[in-house]
Amino acid sequence: MRTSRRATLTLRILALAYVVGLLAVPILVILYRTLEPGLGTYIDSIRTPAAIAALNLSLLIVAIVVPLNVVFGVVTALALARWRVPGRGLVQAIVDLPFAVSPIVVGVSLIMLWGTSGWFGGLEGSTGVKVIFGLPGMVIATIFVTLPFVVREVEPVLHEIGTEQEQAAATLGASHWQTFWRITLPAIRWGLTYGVVLTVARALGEFGAVIMVSSGFPGVSQTLTLLVHSRYIDDHNTYGAYAAATLLMGLAAATLLLMTVLDRKKGSR
Amino acid sequence: MITVSSARKNYGDFLALDDVELEIPSGSLTALLGPSGSGKSTLLRAIAGLETLDAGVVCIAGVDVSREPPQRRGIGFVFQHYAAFRHMTVRDNVAFGLTIRRRPKAEVRRKVDELLEIVGLDGLQHRYPAQLSGGQRQRMALARALAVDPQVLLLDEPFGALDATVRADLRQWLRRLHDEVHVTTVLVTHDQQEALDVADRIAVLNKGRIEQVGDPVSLYERPANDFVMSFLGSVARLAGHLVRPHDIVLDRDLAVVQRDDARAPSSPGVVSAAIERVVRLGFEVRVELRANTGERFAAQITRAEADRQRFVAGETVHARATRPLDATDTDPSLAI
Amino acid sequence: MTTAIQHREDLTVSSSPPARPAGADPAPPGRRLRAPGRALGVGVVGLWLSVIVLLPLAALTVASLEQGLAGSWEAVTSPAALAALRTTLLVSAVVALVNSVMGTLIAWVLVRDHFPGQPIINALIDLPFALPTIVASIVLLSLYGPNSPIGVQLNATRWGLIVALAFVTLPFVVRSVQPVLIELEREVEEAAASLGASASTTFRRVVLPTLAPAIISGTGLAFARAVGEYGSVVLIGGNLPRETQVVSQYIQQQIEIDRPVNAAAVSVALLSVSFLTLFVLRLWGSRSQRRQERTS
Repeated sequence: MRTSRRATLTLRILALAYVVGLLAVPILVILYRTLEPGLGTYIDSIRTPAAIAALNLSLLIVAIVVPLNVVFGVVTALALARWRVPGRGLVQAIVDLPFAVSPIVVGVSLIMLWGTSGWFGGLEGSTGVKVIFGLPGMVIATIFVTLPFVVREVEPVLHEIGTEQEQAAATLGASHWQTFWRITLPAIRWGLTYGVVLTVARALGEFGAVIMVSSGFPGVSQTLTLLVHSRYIDDHNTYGAYAAATLLMGLAAATLLLMTVLDRKKGSR
Repeated sequence: MITVSSARKNYGDFLALDDVELEIPSGSLTALLGPSGSGKSTLLRAIAGLETLDAGVVCIAGVDVSREPPQRRGIGFVFQHYAAFRHMTVRDNVAFGLTIRRRPKAEVRRKVDELLEIVGLDGLQHRYPAQLSGGQRQRMALARALAVDPQVLLLDEPFGALDATVRADLRQWLRRLHDEVHVTTVLVTHDQQEALDVADRIAVLNKGRIEQVGDPVSLYERPANDFVMSFLGSVARLAGHLVRPHDIVLDRDLAVVQRDDARAPSSPGVVSAAIERVVRLGFEVRVELRANTGERFAAQITRAEADRQRFVAGETVHARATRPLDATDTDPSLAI
Repeated sequence: MTTAIQHREDLTVSSSPPARPAGADPAPPGRRLRAPGRALGVGVVGLWLSVIVLLPLAALTVASLEQGLAGSWEAVTSPAALAALRTTLLVSAVVALVNSVMGTLIAWVLVRDHFPGQPIINALIDLPFALPTIVASIVLLSLYGPNSPIGVQLNATRWGLIVALAFVTLPFVVRSVQPVLIELEREVEEAAASLGASASTTFRRVVLPTLAPAIISGTGLAFARAVGEYGSVVLIGGNLPRETQVVSQYIQQQIEIDRPVNAAAVSVALLSVSFLTLFVLRLWGSRSQRRQERTS
């Protein structure tokens, strides 16, 4: 379509104004406000015991969630792509479900299942494991919201590589286990890594589902996102909230960068 | 020797193999030839154990392997699209079967070097499959399959994805390789030229059944039925009979056409036909004719014959089949 | 980088399995490899998906019906709940509409226009997907909050909600329209121009109909996301009942004041809205996909 020079410019300015006003300027403002009092103040603010505990908790949750999602995600993707299981469409729909559920609803659902008066409420009485308002609850909530990522990244790769390489390995005498480790896993490695990066980013950033199932005590059950929230709302510590948010932003930026790099790898494979 | 008996395979409503019986002698190079959907690939994959038969038995070297997985059938399999392990070098690809058998490193190295030399890939062992041409990839796949010393080598349309010239080269090369290595080889192809070129036995499949098995010459000269005939080489229909186009005598002189009885004792009648077009195809000439019955057919004559007779479009000549391939029931749909 | 977003799109709109590579055996492959652990694997997948996804949602649905259908209807139609629902739907609809226009425009500029710094803008589009929602909230507060450096205070107003939701849902339309626009052959537009169509006619009659499925799908996804959003509005929205309180905040409040049945009932209502949106989108997407396949 041949648009006039003036129309092109108008469109460009409109688009840029929207992106800059909505995304760029706010981020620059918060960066400025965080760093304005000096780097020392910033570092002090993210090195308080509560902040360190929050970072540790966030990383702990990531460390538990990622391996679980990798194992179960790869098995689920294999089931969807390789095994002719009945109800494949249904399984796919269930895997996608978490994307459609509001984080708050995730929290409420988990309370109804794992809470003291929930279906599995007896568990706490009999084993003493506190799911809701404890670490298990935060982990389960995070798994719920990140469940689709690994499956969704690995399944198309499995379809794309097809079964010929696996069949070739079988004709050469490789057992199923050998075929998986030597052929299938190396072939899906970049898709899997991409899924893991998305999982890590979401696990670090999840807020709504986690706040519903966490007791939110500073230094004990506060993740980084909960720290941002409580500093702003409970402590009226705007600067502290900015600082913690900037830390999370750095992690998000690193994720974006990794995603770009991995995307190239995936494409060049 | 490979023996397949009463092999049957259904995919839903589609009957891929319909009571197939086949014997493949040791040391032979047998081609399974047929159009797509004829069941030839299914048969090969059933021999390999990549498909399970609904009924029937597969024996390799006298052992019933019908219930064995591909890992335990002692086979080498080459796929149409190479199935190269993309994340491994050429050397690791070829060594794969030996590595997972935990053979000593020195032995693996020696064997792989030897095979790479045989398939002409020495010097390329550190490349990745993506850095090879299609022909090179397929030779790598062959070396990989041969590395485990298979009892039988199974090739599924191995040259189907390659350029015409590369295909012809590899064909010759496979033939020579087979003469050296002597492993019982089964090759699936839909290309009759390829089957006639490399195989010493051909099994023609159609709609899940074996139509005929034999050496290339007898299949070409004495096809069991219309299908085999029309699938192996071109055919013309003349006076109700199917005939190879190069087995038609054409002449302006009726006597000449009739006289030639020594060459074809049981020859059917002479047909007079109008020449519609004369096409020179290099060393041979195709004459397109229309019989007075209205039937169109094409005859193939040598260049010398064409130069002598100087046929032109429009004139009427006499035609007779010298070696009609007398198939019992002629299926009108096969007329060309 | 677009894959992260693209997959979100295909999972809701066209989650048909990828086509088999051509040239494969014409017959459908049967049981390919015998896997002894397959039954175990299927069992594990079933159990995993049940415990993580299905059981919680089942528990929620059952809890919402604890006081009967009438009871949950009452919970959903209570004035405060209704007001929250109304606010949510209104704000989400406005945001989806704004982003459908602006998203298409941005996609157009990113594909067809060329200017320095374009790759940066392109990368920036994904930021809302990578940024934690609570960070989005605080980022917007720093510009449009109480100490706004530009004197625009939007916190605790519906405008604040709109800005926050526009922020988090911006990528949906852009990332769903962009690939279609890249694929769109310029020749088609040139053909229209050669037939005498003006630029605006070409856009209306040729380009827009081609982009429409992608725009609508992106808009639908943005709407579904906005309806359930919590983190990005929690700080800037102000949570004023009947004014700026959105449904997710209302549900959270009901849990805090120990009315779990109300919370569950309204949760189910919210879930229904999201599912309905995505269901309609999927139906519509597969229909228009079929139509396009028929013409090609």
